[in-house]
Amino acid sequence: MDKMSREALMKQLQVQSFAIDDIKLYLDTHPTDRNALDFYKKFKKLRDETYREYTLRYGPISAENVFVEDSWTWVETPWPWERWV
Amino acid sequence: MWTYEKRLQYPVKISKPDARAAKIVITQFGGPDGELAASQRYLSQRYSMPFKQVAGVLTDIGTEELAHMEMVSTIVHQLTKDLSLEEIQREGLDTYFVDHTVGIWPQSAAGNPFTASYLQSKGDAITDLVEDMAAEQKARTTYDNLLRLIDNPEVREPLKFLRAREIVHFQRFGEALRIVLDNLNTKNFYAINPEFDLTRPKGGNK
Repeated sequence: MDKMSREALMKQLQVQSFAIDDIKLYLDTHPTDRNALDFYKKFKKLRDETYREYTLRYGPISAENVFVEDSWTWVETPWPWERWV
Repeated sequence: MWTYEKRLQYPVKISKPDARAAKIVITQFGGPDGELAASQRYLSQRYSMPFKQVAGVLTDIGTEELAHMEMVSTIVHQLTKDLSLEEIQREGLDTYFVDHTVGIWPQSAAGNPFTASYLQSKGDAITDLVEDMAAEQKARTTYDNLLRLIDNPEVREPLKFLRAREIVHFQRFGEALRIVLDNLNTKNFYAINPEFDLTRPKGGNK
């Protein structure tokens, strides 16, 4: 993950988050499906790692995860509707 | 409670403005089968839903629809942000521009304002889930029609993603309906309304 650009890391976060979005709906109606539960577990771990890496390197994705130093960085990073990613 | 993540569910990066595309894509924000109606439909229906798994489906799909609303709004924003006044007039966006400039406002492609009458919350599990399945198909058809009319791959890719999600949601609502039916009288699914009669001593009757 070392040399990943902001855009590439965001893409990875989107992919891993989507895997969770999709399996979450499946698990709502198949709550004991072993394969689906393992899939969820695997991607939850991957997403958590990417989320943390992204936040540390490029700033907060959620206003609940701002590393507060000298300024409120939540509003400094680009909004998702801007064309940066 | 909801928390916001500063990212789109699927990337939208459109480099060329296109007023004609914006005029039709906006219908999936505030039109009859758009994402605003979808989110409010599912998130409103869940409160009286007595089956936990089905309330989960409504909550999670309703939440995903909020992310889809953000994607559609982003598409319209990027398609209109850098339009010249000449393009706005030539391509017929002037009737929108006069009321909203290039702000994002929920309306259908024909200019009708968003209204709650686009959705139903009937307080009856079978009725609501059949509405939800139909809603997903209507949204899928709308995305199909948009894909017939739009050539730019930068606009098509996120629309194709959204279209595919309608199909997955239709499948999940079908499973939710099966869960409801499994909990009802198999000789007469309509003997009671589980959202009304189950919690009342004499059923819902006088």
